[in-house]
Amino acid sequence: MKILVCISNVPDTTTKVKFVDDSKKLDVIGIQWVINPWDELALTRALELKDDASNGIQTVTVGHVGLISSDPTLRKALAIGADDAIRVNFESGDAYNIAAELAEAIRNENFDIILCGIESSDHNGSTVGGMLSEFLGYPSVTGVSSVKIEGGQLVITREIDGGKEILSVPTPFVAVVQKGIAKEPRIAAMRGIMMARTKPIKVVEPLAIESLTEVINYEMPKPRAACKYINADDAGQLISLLQNEAKVF
Amino acid sequence: MSVLVFLENWDGKFKKLSFELVSYASKVAEMLGQQAIALSIGNVDASELEKLATYGADKVINIENDMIKAFDEQTYTSMIAEVAQKIGANVLVLANNNSGKALAPRLSVRLKAGIVSGVSKLPLSLSPFVVYKKVYSGKAFANVSIKTEIKILTLAQNSFEVVESPKTFVHEKLDIQPDGNLMKTRVKEVQKQSGKILITDADIVVSGGRGMKSPDNWAPLVELADLLGAATACSRPVSDEGWRSHDEHTGQTGKIIAPNLYFAIGISGATQHLAGVSSSKFIVAINTDKDAPIFEAAQYGIVGDALKVLPKLVEAVKEMKSK
Repeated sequence: MKILVCISNVPDTTTKVKFVDDSKKLDVIGIQWVINPWDELALTRALELKDDASNGIQTVTVGHVGLISSDPTLRKALAIGADDAIRVNFESGDAYNIAAELAEAIRNENFDIILCGIESSDHNGSTVGGMLSEFLGYPSVTGVSSVKIEGGQLVITREIDGGKEILSVPTPFVAVVQKGIAKEPRIAAMRGIMMARTKPIKVVEPLAIESLTEVINYEMPKPRAACKYINADDAGQLISLLQNEAKVF
Repeated sequence: MSVLVFLENWDGKFKKLSFELVSYASKVAEMLGQQAIALSIGNVDASELEKLATYGADKVINIENDMIKAFDEQTYTSMIAEVAQKIGANVLVLANNNSGKALAPRLSVRLKAGIVSGVSKLPLSLSPFVVYKKVYSGKAFANVSIKTEIKILTLAQNSFEVVESPKTFVHEKLDIQPDGNLMKTRVKEVQKQSGKILITDADIVVSGGRGMKSPDNWAPLVELADLLGAATACSRPVSDEGWRSHDEHTGQTGKIIAPNLYFAIGISGATQHLAGVSSSKFIVAINTDKDAPIFEAAQYGIVGDALKVLPKLVEAVKEMKSK
């Protein structure tokens, strides 16, 4: 079986974001780019599945839509252990044209399992995985916290309110994964970093599909009122403030 | 033309989130001079469906049949798309929870409709159609325009006030037979905990971090939560250490929540943690380190040892309740 993990290239989560061009664009100066945290967990799980030979996973590929500036992030994924990468050479406008371009680029690659993180930490859209499934006409499960292969069959855990469901699904199939899919993201070892240099990144030219939405501008959050401190010896006073001032009880 | 709002049910019941969705859809419909039509899929009693009219649904459509008991993403997408086309919906509203995250993007492709997810306010303008949403995990916001004729919005939970705007209950049962061949996923087993308040639903969340020092120290935190009818939560290190269960983890990669009141007890407030809780209306921070970033996000703070402060809070809440 072949696994595809879809990767988004995002600013490191500790970045203090700023905007330029009348607040129309992210100020990229000084930003460190990383694999989106959910996608990193998805990649880790894909590699864990491949490590166990009895699962019969031949390759783990990472897929991405972006310009050549994303290559360092794709190399990181290769260093962590992915076998190869596919990059659609396109500056996307929104989730719709990301998913559309990706679907066209991989339609004939016959992946059996496609893993997408449930959200990207930049636009917090939670949409690419579902859109990709629909473009490809594949079944999908969203909110997946476990992907296992038991006796050649896929066994998926979906998180639901107050519990979980265990599902069986056919291949090809898309899992939109969340917390729990892997414990800690896998870190690249020196050997992996060396090997990543020679692993292939296949560049696919885009169809230039139009976006359906457009960011007009960004705004910074309004500063919150300064914190009101209560003496630790008089902690009970907090409860009366919450009751009478904040009126939350 | 109309606004279509999709409502999931929990064992045949709706909850506050459902009424937030209907309230929101009804206000959008009002802005557009259209009707708000609620769609429920699954076995829900008429008395429960009637509640949707209370919050402004001009009409309630429900689809019931045995095939749809399990939530299959392709089957549900087909049914909602069919209803959307039948009633000429030009705005679709879904929840920004796991089912909305499953269905909204598929509907976007099916209907070629632009989508903005996690909205918390009414559209800022109708032409162009502009909505406001959180980006960069709460570190910024964006005004996004949707360029297509049909628009899809997913509403962030606890972000839009439930407003009653009673309408006459108009109910239509639709007999849509889902295509059995579509249903490729199969639920083998359901494991549910009962009686626990869901973190995402709770008005008050009491959350502990590494400052709780040991998994054995949680009793006063749980007691405080119980007294307040609150859900318990924790920071990532706490769930990674296995002190508390993973489904309690709030933060960027865990649960994103927006309660009225969030107690951050012994939590320093790393960016990743704040990303999950910054939409809370009030944050209370209790931490020994006066420079901890959590105090910048909080409205009320106590610099002190969580384990010494918690018993005092428990006493104060008991006193408040006895009055």
